[in-house]
Amino acid sequence: MCIQTVGLIQAAIERVGIPTVSISLLKEVTEAIKPPRAFFVPFKMGFPLAAANNPGRQMAVIKQALALLERADTPILQEFRP
Amino acid sequence: MATYADLKLSHRIFMQNYPFSRYAITDNPAAKLSKPLSECRVALITTAGLRLENDTSFSHSKRDKLGDCSFREISIETPVQSLIEDHSSSSFDRSGVESDKNLALPVDRFRELEADGVIGSLNRRSFSFMGSIISPGRLIRETAPAVASLLKQDAVDAVFLTPV
Repeated sequence: MCIQTVGLIQAAIERVGIPTVSISLLKEVTEAIKPPRAFFVPFKMGFPLAAANNPGRQMAVIKQALALLERADTPILQEFRP
Repeated sequence: MATYADLKLSHRIFMQNYPFSRYAITDNPAAKLSKPLSECRVALITTAGLRLENDTSFSHSKRDKLGDCSFREISIETPVQSLIEDHSSSSFDRSGVESDKNLALPVDRFRELEADGVIGSLNRRSFSFMGSIISPGRLIRETAPAVASLLKQDAVDAVFLTPV
């Protein structure tokens, strides 16, 4: 249910004028909830930024996700590119 | 890759029958960046149930089985690895977040982005929820708008959110 919760928090924040981007671990939920900008990653539940104690892999996910903040064609569901 | 097929049977059946469409965001509330990311103050939010060791626990009571909609504030001065992982859900492998809190609340990564000039700054506080909220009415009406208001007070320009 974390992915629904993230999407609902995002919507509240965007309604006060602040853009958001979230990580998604379950595409089915994000497609149903339709948050403004979601970045779907192919990792198992509990590992939203790929791997523990691996700054390089975490940063690769974060940088791709942050790029969605520049886009206005919402709702966006973009997939991670390894 | 996580899909419903990867979930435990009990979780899979629950997810396949949960009325997600009831909570679909239909007003497309899309804000725009007001400045380049390199000048933005960015805040972090996680639904991993992280909290300070001396802060109130998230509810694990059966009485609250429809979810705990409350949130905790975390100063970025708090060493991220000292946070407690306090999520009640059995739907995810918690070993990763237990060994590295940056996996769910990437404070150290965003400090690096700040130092490299990719973002302007990291907001002085992050916010943490426990994401397993089955009945999100109070989240939608009260606690998510409350966090939005605090972010506005902090003059935050963009927010990065991480589930588990």
